[in-house]
Amino acid sequence: MADPREAAIVGIGQTEFSKNSGRPELQLACEAILAALDDAGLSPADVDGMTTFTLDNNEDVDLVRALGIENLRFSSRVPHGGGGSTGTLAHAMAAVSSGLANVVVAWRAMNERSEQRFGVGHTVSNASSPGTGTGFLEWSMPFGAATPAAWTALGAQRYMQEYGVSNEDLGAVSVILRQNAATNPAAWFFEKPITLADHQASRWIVEPVFRLFDCCQESDGGVAVVVTRADRARDLAQLPVRIRHATQAVPMGIETVTDFYREDLTRMESGEFAARELYERTGVGADDIQVAMLYDHFTISVYWQLEAFGFCGRGEARDYIADGHLDLAGRTPLSPNGGLIGEAYIHGMNNITEAVRQIRGTAANPVADVENVLVASGMSAAILSRS
Amino acid sequence: MSDPISLPRPAPFPARVSAFFWEGVDTDELRVQRCSDCGELRFPPRPMCPDCHAVAWNTETLSGEGRVYSWIRPVHPRLPMFAEDTIVALIDLAPGVRLVSNLCDVALEDVEKDMPVEVFFIDLGEGRRLHQFRPRSERSGG
Repeated sequence: MADPREAAIVGIGQTEFSKNSGRPELQLACEAILAALDDAGLSPADVDGMTTFTLDNNEDVDLVRALGIENLRFSSRVPHGGGGSTGTLAHAMAAVSSGLANVVVAWRAMNERSEQRFGVGHTVSNASSPGTGTGFLEWSMPFGAATPAAWTALGAQRYMQEYGVSNEDLGAVSVILRQNAATNPAAWFFEKPITLADHQASRWIVEPVFRLFDCCQESDGGVAVVVTRADRARDLAQLPVRIRHATQAVPMGIETVTDFYREDLTRMESGEFAARELYERTGVGADDIQVAMLYDHFTISVYWQLEAFGFCGRGEARDYIADGHLDLAGRTPLSPNGGLIGEAYIHGMNNITEAVRQIRGTAANPVADVENVLVASGMSAAILSRS
Repeated sequence: MSDPISLPRPAPFPARVSAFFWEGVDTDELRVQRCSDCGELRFPPRPMCPDCHAVAWNTETLSGEGRVYSWIRPVHPRLPMFAEDTIVALIDLAPGVRLVSNLCDVALEDVEKDMPVEVFFIDLGEGRRLHQFRPRSERSGG
């Protein structure tokens, strides 16, 4: 029996995922939030808390005004860009378990393809976005390192050199995610699987590390989840999904994306800290997890997180993937929705909603007998479980 | 590889805490912070020593000899101010000191991890200089 103060996800909602939504980001956010509240059997009148993470252009005050919410008792914005996406669950959990709020909505809504593309490159060397955890770009811009792909590739290349991993090896991740997306009608790449040969034929984005198909999409869309306390969740419309624990991780030396300064870039120390925290708090271990929703802005991120969360040892991710353990029928299927590469890049939030669907048993690609799902996004992670 | 750059690169835009570094670069020196108390080197610049919490620091000028920790060639999107074969690299210069820079005078396929490199400086115009690296031959004790 769960602690009555434990937090649970009781509603999920989303817009369509596209390359041009044709409407403002604020509208996407409102639509996704209303859908999530409707899913839960709640309305904006019930909402008294909100959270999102940095780089979302929507303000809580605008959402409160547009949705007709009387008052928020709790509002927060998690740092670290997409790395903080699962951190929204930590904030929502903290808010409802402590009584700061009763019903917290976490949202993400962006026109990240039709308006503000992340992949086009920065050319202003003093660009710095407080709260993202991304270092002052003066250290990168004068040298032509201008995109998340380039920044991430610098760590990835050291991993590949250290463990003899090729770009083709990374491609195995894309093939799995595109296969999953191919049978998920909500995915942008629905019915568009790729082969490893397709991956190898896609153009270089950062040589010799990332080709086009190593990169997540740029997407337009909105996603929202509704969190409340377990005792309240029992009376709502859906099977509550327990937030067993959610945590953030900001280890010494880390930066978000421009993560150059830790001594050993072949390991994801933020994931290692998050794993220790989650596993110790919940008693759930890697062997008890049936679905792994691992942030996949780039293919290498799956490698790093597989090792950080103990699914395999350091340097073993390539063989672990090659052995089929991430396939839908494998030991711990990877992002059955297709992840950020196959479904859409809603900055990590669409991996939280997929975790909920897997536990409810309503996913397009359902994994059998799901008790526990790991959602990990680099600098934050959570274990979600069946009630 | 040493072709003139057709458009100006994004110039360094020093923050208050890093101005000393870029002032050094403009005189062809790589300066990093050394804690006045415990003597630890640190980079990127920060106002406090993480080991002893002293706020006093000096600068130390590094030799500019280091090793390649990682390297890439950004291909897409093309940035017109950079030559197509520009290699971006992480260079380890001393314990705790790693810089982003460019690796020059070597082809992408010939770069090896931990390859020894040395600094040189290019002109950005308007008195601004920029540090770059190129392979160096190993010397005894280097």
